[in-house]
Amino acid sequence: MSGPTVSRSTRASRVAMIIGFVGLIVLIAAPWWAGRADLRLMGEIYLYLSLACLWNLMAGYAGLVSVGQQAYVGFGGYMLFALSIFGGLNPVVAILLGGVLAAIISVPVAALMFRLKGAYFAIGTWVMAEVFRLSFAQIQPLGGGSGTSLPVAIVKELGAKKAAREATSYWLALGAAVAVLLAVYLLLRSRRGLALTAIRDSEVAASGLGIDIWRTKLEVYVVTSAFTAIIGGLIFLQKLRISPDAAFSVNDWTAFVIFIVVIGGIGTLEGPIIGTLLFFALREVLADFGTIYLMVLGAVAIVVMLKAPKGVWGLIRERFDLELFPLSYRVRTKDD
Amino acid sequence: MIEWSGAIVQGVLLGGLYALFAAGLSLIFGVMRLVNIAHGDLIILAAYLGLSTTVMLGVHPFVALLIVMPVMAGIGYVLQRGVLNRTLGPDILPPLLVTFGLSVIIQNALLETYTADPRKLSGGAIDTASLDLGGITVGVLPLVTFGIAVAVIAGLQFVFYRTALGRGFRAVSDNQDIAQLMGLNKAHVFGVAMALALAVVAIAGVLLGMRTSFDPAIGGGRLIFGFEAVIIGGLGNLWGTLAGGVILGVAQTIGAKIDPGFQILAGHIAFLVVLAVRPNGLFPRVAH
Repeated sequence: MSGPTVSRSTRASRVAMIIGFVGLIVLIAAPWWAGRADLRLMGEIYLYLSLACLWNLMAGYAGLVSVGQQAYVGFGGYMLFALSIFGGLNPVVAILLGGVLAAIISVPVAALMFRLKGAYFAIGTWVMAEVFRLSFAQIQPLGGGSGTSLPVAIVKELGAKKAAREATSYWLALGAAVAVLLAVYLLLRSRRGLALTAIRDSEVAASGLGIDIWRTKLEVYVVTSAFTAIIGGLIFLQKLRISPDAAFSVNDWTAFVIFIVVIGGIGTLEGPIIGTLLFFALREVLADFGTIYLMVLGAVAIVVMLKAPKGVWGLIRERFDLELFPLSYRVRTKDD
Repeated sequence: MIEWSGAIVQGVLLGGLYALFAAGLSLIFGVMRLVNIAHGDLIILAAYLGLSTTVMLGVHPFVALLIVMPVMAGIGYVLQRGVLNRTLGPDILPPLLVTFGLSVIIQNALLETYTADPRKLSGGAIDTASLDLGGITVGVLPLVTFGIAVAVIAGLQFVFYRTALGRGFRAVSDNQDIAQLMGLNKAHVFGVAMALALAVVAIAGVLLGMRTSFDPAIGGGRLIFGFEAVIIGGLGNLWGTLAGGVILGVAQTIGAKIDPGFQILAGHIAFLVVLAVRPNGLFPRVAH
């Protein structure tokens, strides 16, 4: 007779996968059932979800608490403009190439930033993002400090008609979010993911087990930077206009993303998804109040961090022992 | 030649202001290993409090400090004991995130109260007065600022190494639990450290407001300058922080001399060069 078995998936995770799959098909079909404003909003949600997942991978698993990821959002955005305007590349190709370039540039950046520990690393990455912002503000062909718009001819490469362009842009955002979620999920299930989870739980113990912490962190930093730049390219493909202040905004691309991850639940895959949905729900409700909305957001993040540091998903998980993405191992006996 | 030495002198004096930005950061990191992301926004808050005080009471900004300093110190004590003490621990994320949240709240509260229009503190004659030092013209206000910075750092140094309070700071810094066993209330010591740090922030904010115009959005930039001064100077060394501020200030004024758009970038590059060559800063505190 069989003894206890070890498995990763649960009934909840299998149900979640089926619901997720059906939901994805519905979302793919959105250009046929959703209005233009909704389509735009959903595109924005996907891109924020992607940024949140990436930041979560870095801070929640690799312990790299960066407040400078706007460096790569802006870099990716500017690469889209530079490579498509001056290189004549198709916008999608330009965005992907921007990701590759971001990966290359992130290696020396990491070599420098990894010298700073903990919270100093965080502010160091912010300085780096400022260096990016001030450098791009110096480039006159890209509009210098006031920025530039994407020429109509390039925009038309995405589709001759406005509706087709908007649908393409929507699918690109959805595709990016799915790709990021899938990539992070597969990474965490792999051998590397196990190393990362070990680092998350205890760096000292992980290093004692023979994990090369520095190298693992570097890999995570490079991969998240590349993906973040691709998302940045997609963000500014939606906006069609770029300026240094918008591209390298610490509030838009880092503060909000951190709030999303923390409110949702850091160090889990489900957290950023819940956080993104809550963030946009709060925004839609309080959007008319402008500054008040941002103060509420900051206060909610503080309260969550103090009262429920594992976030909303942490509370749900503790209460119901639920896991939608099967990452942890469970031992089962016959009775289960 | 004289132009360049002029730029260097201006940079040195600007460094005094940056050292004041940095001194509070350095103090609270030294005592409780807390990095306060809202530090720059608190500097701007102090500048606005100075503005309100000068407008309401019709007094000089220096006189307004008599009100702004205790108010900021009070805010610091309450903030530390009410919120920040709960975030301290081995995990760096809670203090970082909570101060990030505070930063967003302060920024938007200032925006709501004072609007986004740039404001300035008027110091009267001192704003434009200047001295001629052997062909180099030096503003009186930057000179006074630098003098205050030196005095503040000397004062902090004195508190740290010559008073019972400073002994408490050093004790909790070395080992919180043993300090607690020896009869120190670490929650209170941390509160006092933050109060002292924000009193320095009050001075920095008022001097910033007299020197340039300010608006609610510029806090992040001030945090970064203070942070750079701390890292360039070396962690845990207050005089090093002054040196770090001076190096940053000189890098910026020389950068501005080359190209006005290059000013801030030159400061960041100086910081990155120091980080690459001497990761522990130029004058790190010798480990005991």
